[in-house]
Amino acid sequence: MNPILLRVDAVTKRFGGFVALSDVSLTVRSGERLGIIGPNGSGKTTLINCICGALASDGGSIGFDGIDVTRLAAHRRARLGIARSFQVPRPFSSMTLAENIAVPLEYVAHRRSLHRADVSTEARAILAQMGLADRADASTATLTQVDLRKLELARALAARPRLLILDEVMAGLSPVEVDEMLGIVLDLSRQGVTIVMIEHIMRAIMRFSERVVCLDAGRIMAEGTPAQIVQDPEVQRIYLGD
Amino acid sequence: MGRWTTFIVVAVAVLVAALLLARIVPNEYFFFASYVVLQFIVLATAWNILGGYAGYVNFGSGAFFAAGAYTAVALIKAFAAPLMIQLAAAALVTGLMGFAIGAMTLRLRGIFFSIATVAVAVICETVVFNWGFVGGARGATVLQPPAPALFASYARMLFVVMTLLAVLAVALARYVEISWIGRGLRAIRDNEEAAESAGVPTLKLKLFAATASGALMGIAGAPFPLYMSFIEPTSAFSLNYAVSALAMPIIGGTASWAGPVIGAVLLGSVQQVVTVTLSSEINVLVLGVLLVAFVVAAPEGILGLARKLSAKARVR
Repeated sequence: MNPILLRVDAVTKRFGGFVALSDVSLTVRSGERLGIIGPNGSGKTTLINCICGALASDGGSIGFDGIDVTRLAAHRRARLGIARSFQVPRPFSSMTLAENIAVPLEYVAHRRSLHRADVSTEARAILAQMGLADRADASTATLTQVDLRKLELARALAARPRLLILDEVMAGLSPVEVDEMLGIVLDLSRQGVTIVMIEHIMRAIMRFSERVVCLDAGRIMAEGTPAQIVQDPEVQRIYLGD
Repeated sequence: MGRWTTFIVVAVAVLVAALLLARIVPNEYFFFASYVVLQFIVLATAWNILGGYAGYVNFGSGAFFAAGAYTAVALIKAFAAPLMIQLAAAALVTGLMGFAIGAMTLRLRGIFFSIATVAVAVICETVVFNWGFVGGARGATVLQPPAPALFASYARMLFVVMTLLAVLAVALARYVEISWIGRGLRAIRDNEEAAESAGVPTLKLKLFAATASGALMGIAGAPFPLYMSFIEPTSAFSLNYAVSALAMPIIGGTASWAGPVIGAVLLGSVQQVVTVTLSSEINVLVLGVLLVAFVVAAPEGILGLARKLSAKARVR
């Protein structure tokens, strides 16, 4: 079995009196594909915000590759190898696509050591991998929803992550586009990137995941293979009602 | 280094030109007016580092300018310190003020940050109003030392010094803009969370930008007491500085170092003409009208306008 890459241990997050996460523990092994499902407001995005450092957790600890990252700023975690996409795409809207990719290239992958031309070449290569090669010099304002999500993914990839966390990258896409995106993500997994994916589209999560965790009201309600999860009475109750 | 060759050549040419002008132009008023324009280049360039590149709008530039001026006054009164020391001390004091407003960005963004900078300005003005040593509300008279050997008058020397400061300020802004720092600041302006998750150390960069911006504003204000020979809080904290510092980059274009320079030269000159021909009271009015016109009609300033026009010309 591969070594553990991410260890979330009893993480708690409160917003005022509201408990968004309570004692959530999970581990992700190197190379694994983990799906996270759960109804709206169940704490999925909060959980990945805590893992990436966008939010400070109120209790528990987070370890990445044997290092305790619980108190590290988000950019330090990005440099250790944790990259994410945002649920609502957040492009750097004053920049071209290539410049968007250059940010993580300069700040994570190369940390100022590379010449400008090389950064540009590499940014174009990453965009090409996503099928965005011909848009490299376009403004992000001209992108369609699916292209914005690809850019979001490309920017995460440019940081050369060891752990890639995807927050609903397929929301709002057509079935064909979902398949296209799924293909890209599975390719990345084959290249050795560990991937955690939050998704509402069941078909995608079933095809993607080796293991699925179901969150409800800030707690892990069920965990298992995709087949076990769909059979789980708790999951059925959460999704379909009593 | 190739990206700097032209810039350095032009910078040296500007300095040489300033030295020559200081020797050959007979009219003393020329230096008086040019000094103001150059001072605004420094002020607008300083504002743009934080406001234009990083997107944190500082409404309190007047306080930084005045803090620089009053640091100089305090040093003149206490030690009869030379101009060089006044400039260095002003940069230190207002650099620290900049660091402080940079730290505020931890909790305050957008309009809330801007409101806080107004509060900083009010606090500074109140302190100076009640600080007897630097003249308080009555103001203070500062005697110009005799002009150094090479110069026919002290105003001519200040003109050359301010040219040098403007060149240095623009060089710093240009360095910030085209280096990895500039891309990080732009990422912060576009989306701070996304920047952080792309590895940009947002707090560190914001602190740097705020400190550099603050220090340059103080430097713009430091020679002001010697230039005027008299200083009092109402004119040092004048609304004109705060408005100019942001109007000039916005009208010139905030995306590049050239924007604040264009804006400052243009508006600074217009202000001088208006002051001479009409009245200095109309200055702020002219500034305000132009600012509104540009924000509505050309939000990317003169630079953006020029880019759009040249793109259109290429299409045809």
